[in-house]
Amino acid sequence: MKSLKNNKNLYNNLITIGIVVVGYILVTILSAAGVLSNLLQGLLVPLCAYIILAVSLNLTVGILGELSLGHAGFMCVGAFTSAFFSKCTQNTITFAPLRFLIALLIGAACAGVIGFLIGMPVLRLKGDYLAIVTLAFGEIIKNIVNVLFIGKDAKGFHFSMKDSLSLNLEEGGDVIINGAQGITGTPKDSNFTVGVILIILTLLIVLNLIHSRDGRAIMSIRDNLIAAESVGIHITKYKLMAFTISAALAGTAGVLYSHNLNSLMATPKNFGYNMSIMILVFVVLGGIGNIRGSVIAAVVLTLLPELLRGLNDYRMLIYSIVLIVMMLYNWAPNMIAFRKKLANRFSRKKEVA
Amino acid sequence: MKKKIMSLCLVLAMAAMTLAGCGGSSAGSDTFKIGGIGPTTGGAAVYGIAVRNAAELAIKEVNAAGGINGYQIEYKFEDDELDNEKSVNAYNTLKDWGMNMLIGSVTSGCCTAVAAESSNDNMFQLTPSGSSTDCTANNDNVFQVCFSDPNQGIGAAQYIGSNNLATKVAIIYDSSDVYSSGIYEKFVAEAANQPFEVVSTEAFTADSKTDFSVQLQKASDAGADLVFLPIYYTEASLILTQANTMGYAPKFFGCDGLDGILGVENFDTSLAEGVMLLTPFAADAEDAATQKFVSDYKAAYGDIPNQFAADAYDAIYIIKAAAEKADAKPSDSVADLGTKMEDAMRTITVDGLTGAAMSWDADGAVNKAPKAMQIINGNYSLIQ
Amino acid sequence: MSLLSYLINGISLGSVYAIIALGYTMVYGIAKMLNFAHGDVIMVGGYLIFTFVSTLNLPIPVGILLAVVLCTCLGITIEAIAYRPLRNAASSLAVLITAIGVSYFLQNVALIIFGANTKAFTSVVSTEPIKLFNEQITISGETIVTIISCVVIMTVLTLFVNKTKAGQAMLAVSEDKGAAQLMGINVNRTISLTFAIGSGLAAIAGMLLCSAYPSLTPYTGSMPGIKAFVAAVFGGIGSIPGALIGGIVLGIIEILGKAYISSQLADAIVFLVLILVLLIKPTGILGKKIQEKV
Repeated sequence: MKSLKNNKNLYNNLITIGIVVVGYILVTILSAAGVLSNLLQGLLVPLCAYIILAVSLNLTVGILGELSLGHAGFMCVGAFTSAFFSKCTQNTITFAPLRFLIALLIGAACAGVIGFLIGMPVLRLKGDYLAIVTLAFGEIIKNIVNVLFIGKDAKGFHFSMKDSLSLNLEEGGDVIINGAQGITGTPKDSNFTVGVILIILTLLIVLNLIHSRDGRAIMSIRDNLIAAESVGIHITKYKLMAFTISAALAGTAGVLYSHNLNSLMATPKNFGYNMSIMILVFVVLGGIGNIRGSVIAAVVLTLLPELLRGLNDYRMLIYSIVLIVMMLYNWAPNMIAFRKKLANRFSRKKEVA
Repeated sequence: MKKKIMSLCLVLAMAAMTLAGCGGSSAGSDTFKIGGIGPTTGGAAVYGIAVRNAAELAIKEVNAAGGINGYQIEYKFEDDELDNEKSVNAYNTLKDWGMNMLIGSVTSGCCTAVAAESSNDNMFQLTPSGSSTDCTANNDNVFQVCFSDPNQGIGAAQYIGSNNLATKVAIIYDSSDVYSSGIYEKFVAEAANQPFEVVSTEAFTADSKTDFSVQLQKASDAGADLVFLPIYYTEASLILTQANTMGYAPKFFGCDGLDGILGVENFDTSLAEGVMLLTPFAADAEDAATQKFVSDYKAAYGDIPNQFAADAYDAIYIIKAAAEKADAKPSDSVADLGTKMEDAMRTITVDGLTGAAMSWDADGAVNKAPKAMQIINGNYSLIQ
Repeated sequence: MSLLSYLINGISLGSVYAIIALGYTMVYGIAKMLNFAHGDVIMVGGYLIFTFVSTLNLPIPVGILLAVVLCTCLGITIEAIAYRPLRNAASSLAVLITAIGVSYFLQNVALIIFGANTKAFTSVVSTEPIKLFNEQITISGETIVTIISCVVIMTVLTLFVNKTKAGQAMLAVSEDKGAAQLMGINVNRTISLTFAIGSGLAAIAGMLLCSAYPSLTPYTGSMPGIKAFVAAVFGGIGSIPGALIGGIVLGIIEILGKAYISSQLADAIVFLVLILVLLIKPTGILGKKIQEKV
């Protein structure tokens, strides 16, 4: 009985990873055949980043059962720390994969540490209060990055929170993080293959966690905190564990994102609460707690606005309508009942035939 | 299970649709395909839409007059939502469409991100308004129509200094905006060499730009007799209103972002009386070219064009001049066309709405004379 | 002296947050949903009044009345189409996401109809500013009207909720939907009424926001909306007096933070204070503590 259940999990996990691998092979073949449009080629790495973000947020929202509206903040931390590292070492570490690997570790570690530090005081709040506090942290991170100036000259690093003039750089010094102007000239170290490897890693980490002893402890907190506590589950430890892993994975996505763009800035659009909400949309549309759903929803919702480009001015309007309709279709109890009825009728017809 | 299969099908269908985009790229080699990128939705939409419309207007004129080197122009404009990543997506979409040359991106950050991609293709790129030096630095294929941020910051400081407009200057800038913080830094650096003193520098951010009472109060407390506003006119209109409410009346001095303030619908223009700005364009200049542009634009799109529109309008004519000089043809490959256009850009001089005898240096930055304007009786007028 | 004037500026800004937060907290308290589209209904209210008063030249009271009525209808429609079908969904997050969809929708409709260009809102307030201490300190007419409106609305709402039958029904629905239904309360109608009141308030909030800060774009409502949400949480979300206190406190913190700490970090300061408040008092200043039982 037990092995069957484990096998079922394994089977499910394999399907999810299989979808990613098949997608990768398909895209690689198409790309080699030269039929892949520039748009899709350009979208591949961001897609990978969004998939990782969606999966990692699903860990917090779906598995831990806590609403976080600050996920973009962790992504921001990962993006900026790793881009900072890569830009500094652009000329010293010339082997790009090694540089990217170190950048990746730095980005994920920094985001994880920030996640841990934020999680410690915050995770004792519940529901909407936790949501607003995570939103607040995301905004604080964005705001601080926007006034952060770091420069480098012969004497070493200089740091300021005012403007690049107060760095007092010597002649020939280089401003690396230039406040709102962000980091320009990050080497383009990420590519689709790396992205897919990272997705698979993310999936392995999250899926393994879910089906482990720790994962069951985390889910028991979600389902009933008081009951979980009463059977001796260390609430804070497991909450923090899930939250930190989720943050570190978001940092990974940030690394991928920043090493795909030449100029990295923290705008409300990419690292503000708008982005956090967008990731949450992926998770909810794909199904809370459903990892495979997150992957699919991230792909659909990232491609959708690009596909609607033909509509010009009406693009974002139609996008919002599609979003509402998809939500109603997927979540409304009446719709679900209606779909079931329809499905039943279909299968009955089949039986008759 | 059914649902899962359905959603998978959805994904595949969508991917197929993006694939399908690449079909007709080599079809029309008898027209120039010019693409444009800028924000047409989101908070910066007003700038992207101005560029889109004005470039369209200019292209219609050029086409009606016989096109470039006898070839008509096709035009397509893509939205980037003021997001660097979306801007690169827009660039790739336009490449799928078969774009030969690019106007954009409208904003500095997006422009820099796109320039990194376009320089790989050696796609000729002319940005109407991406004013950061990062747009052009190290990218041979990128040129600007507008002044670069350092130019504006230094120009403004020198103008205030040499005309003895003030002894104590306060600055209010947007620290979350590339354009604004770029000008601010150069202004402060240059101010050290000028006979005035910067007494107060206060910032605001994209998330808190409704209330400016603190910034104004500090400027007032510091005794500033001139407030430098290297910001866009949307926020500036609020600053002017709030300064008026609190009874603070220093001189206000801005850069090209302030242009358009008189075009804000229903704005009490008396509040802007006396505001000075360093801008290459004013919608009610007396010359025939500007007047024709403004009336045509108004007839077609219903708004008074701002400086972004004027830059975009000029951009088309600059492309035309360079393409004629280079004897460019749509059948040239993107990279060859880029090389031809780049060589031509460094030799031509163009008279446009935003400057007479514009020429470009090796970096791709423009040389033109800034004009100082002052708002008098609800109109821009040139300060002699 | 400058401290006093900062405080007054803070109260002006805070009163605007407060009036937006009232609508937020009202809807949250009864329907238990974060209506992310509330800020955008405010924007719609602003545009409606702009159209009626500045474009069509209707008298100001008529314009306001029409805008309130239309916003009320808009609120009811949004609730019926986008929120009601999801009320019994498996997760309360579903309706949060549709609210975001509605928010995008309203912004883009406004963008298409009114264009992206800023419109300068003519203040509908004609009250003279009060000048104190030899005209060193000015309290604008908008501030006075906003604060008075806040207090009036707060009082009326509190009375309405506590003294009328419909208000009692709202309270019952917010406590326990199922039990309320058993008691013969029409839950759908009660929640519709909540959205109607919330959206009508949004029109008034839009008018006061745009009168105090006269610049109107399709995105005018989104950031004040978020700030007001923060204010509502500050004060204890669901609590009507809490919204007023939360709004004013938030405004004062924002202004003082800008004035005495750093204008670049104003947002970070506001949010940091919010976090501290919630860590000390997890349900906000006036929030009720709910004991959870197994």
